[in-house]
Amino acid sequence: MNTSVLKLHATTCCAPQASALRAAQLVLQRDLTLAYRRRGQIIQPLVFFVLITTLFPFAVSPELARLREIAPAALWIGALLASLLALEFLFRDDAQDGTLEQYVLSGQSLTWLLFAKTVTHWLLTGLPLTLVTPLAAFSLGVAYPAMPAIGAAVAIGTAALSLLGAISAGLTLGVRRGGVLLTLLTLPLSLPILIFGARAAELAIKGASVAAPLYLLGAFAVLGVTLAPLAAAAAVRISLE
Amino acid sequence: MAWTWFHKLGSPPYAFSLAGRLTPWFAWPAAALIVAGLYGGLVLAPPDYQQHDAFRIVYVHAPSAWMSLMVYTILAISAAIGLIWRIKVSHAVAASCAPIGASFAVAALVTGSLWGRPMWGTYWEWDPRLTFELILLFFYLGYMALRSSIDDLMRADRASAVLAIVGFANVPIVHYSVEWWNSLHQTATVMKLAKPTMPPAMLIPLLMMLLGFTLLFFALLLLRVRGEILRRERTASWIREAVLI
Amino acid sequence: MWRGERHVLRGLDLALHNGEALQVCGANGSGKTSLLRTLCGLVHPEEGRVLWNGADVRRDLLGFHASLAYIGHDSPLKGDLSARENLRYWAGIRRRFSGEELDSALAQVGSVEWRDRTVRTLSAGQRRRVALAGLRLLGAPLWILDEPTSNLDVDGQQMVATMIREHLQQGGLVVAAVHHELVLGTAHVRRLDLA
Repeated sequence: MNTSVLKLHATTCCAPQASALRAAQLVLQRDLTLAYRRRGQIIQPLVFFVLITTLFPFAVSPELARLREIAPAALWIGALLASLLALEFLFRDDAQDGTLEQYVLSGQSLTWLLFAKTVTHWLLTGLPLTLVTPLAAFSLGVAYPAMPAIGAAVAIGTAALSLLGAISAGLTLGVRRGGVLLTLLTLPLSLPILIFGARAAELAIKGASVAAPLYLLGAFAVLGVTLAPLAAAAAVRISLE
Repeated sequence: MAWTWFHKLGSPPYAFSLAGRLTPWFAWPAAALIVAGLYGGLVLAPPDYQQHDAFRIVYVHAPSAWMSLMVYTILAISAAIGLIWRIKVSHAVAASCAPIGASFAVAALVTGSLWGRPMWGTYWEWDPRLTFELILLFFYLGYMALRSSIDDLMRADRASAVLAIVGFANVPIVHYSVEWWNSLHQTATVMKLAKPTMPPAMLIPLLMMLLGFTLLFFALLLLRVRGEILRRERTASWIREAVLI
Repeated sequence: MWRGERHVLRGLDLALHNGEALQVCGANGSGKTSLLRTLCGLVHPEEGRVLWNGADVRRDLLGFHASLAYIGHDSPLKGDLSARENLRYWAGIRRRFSGEELDSALAQVGSVEWRDRTVRTLSAGQRRRVALAGLRLLGAPLWILDEPTSNLDVDGQQMVATMIREHLQQGGLVVAAVHHELVLGTAHVRRLDLA
């Protein structure tokens, strides 16, 4: 079997390259600009979160004391489902119009670019969720002193979720009805986040120290920061083949 | 030298014929061991002083649980090999592992549930091991779902390989989290699916079952890999001669 | 290589040098896009290699991509951004350039009037022009273009031919998949027909 060879020769080099930092800054700017122009899309996960947490009292009881008991579960399941909903649009638009492909071909590290995209995604979804959590918690009878700890847990947890979710988002690019598959793939990965996050909320409501689960959440997030973008880049490359 | 053998293994025709030749070497000993192990465990072994005869289900439950984890490991490793060195046979092996591993997980869940009935009085408890088994089943289902949802075979291979590797890295984390979660809410009456302390009469059939299940897995894997290779290479020229033999 | 059930791109062996252009012609489904994407390093061929300056591109994929500008069949533009913004983000990730360079690139493709309208409101031909403006900004020696003249009027097609000609004169390389052969008017144009 003869191997096929395609050769290209050139001696001219290319113009001065942009630094990695500048590339990340542009990715951030672009996604923030786009989000601003499609505000409706960004609001959806937030609304979804509020809806879910609002449904719980109807399913349980109007008594605040009882709601306080299930508050960690309600808050975290709402945050989890809202984040999964948001994950769908992490790469979808870029994959459809060819701009994701241009990222792959940009000569910049794809891992770095996708990390920048994921950070922006968190700023647009996880951060708003974190800011709305105290409101939802209040509606479920949670006392004010518990709010900061719960907020911190949600912030770290959603960050870890965005990072991990980027992997499954990359794997399910271009799959029809990939939303359900995305959820199926991400849920087992996100189980530790749910366990530690809910535990942190529970401890905060009881007034105990939240250090242990918060540290574990943080460790998980750090692991996500270091390894997830690599896997996500591999997933995106494979999906674009 | 080892490298050329490795390369040969990656060639579909060679792997196809090798799998065919090796299958009986795994199948017959597996059958023998399982029959012997079942006899030893269900009939010969003395009843446990605490759990009486209920513990006997461990002879199917423990090997199933163990296998479900081992198969996932093999799946992840062969997926990684296929991904890094671009070997199609490796991907075929990973694809073949998944349904077998999932079946082991289901068997572990069912037998665990049956075991739980006399122990806890209910068919289900969020026991850490059973819970972990359930999540492992979801890992398998996710892998198979991803595979079937991507039309292009090569892309399906590579995407599911990434998923398998990420899942594999996550297994210890999930295991630890579930243990931690369970220990937080431990009540006095919860009894985990603890294996009773085992004298040799009980232990030997268990080891036989374990080994038998392992050989059974390999036999099933070889059969499935042959089918998988046939499916992938159905338009290749060497198929005609190989199948007619 | 295989594309689904079809075996495409068998037995190709070609070399391209500075100042040369390659036009890839063929019917739909003959593998034009697959070939271009393989050259970009996006798709891995089952057998064979792509060499850039004598080295396998897979050795230094990022470096190869830095010397490469690829425009696929659909223009890689975001509908909610204006032409200027699109180019700024697209090419800005690759290299630094000033606002004047951006404007002059847009002027060259005749897109000055609508440069601040969102791309969504532009026609397909106008979008194509904006995408082609990106080529100038990316500043890469190797251009890989998938049907660069699609959706363009006669003026546009001539513009593309001029752009390619100038690029070749500066020592660049062009690989283009086309339905009708481009009239370039230089000697260094090769043609590859895919069955």
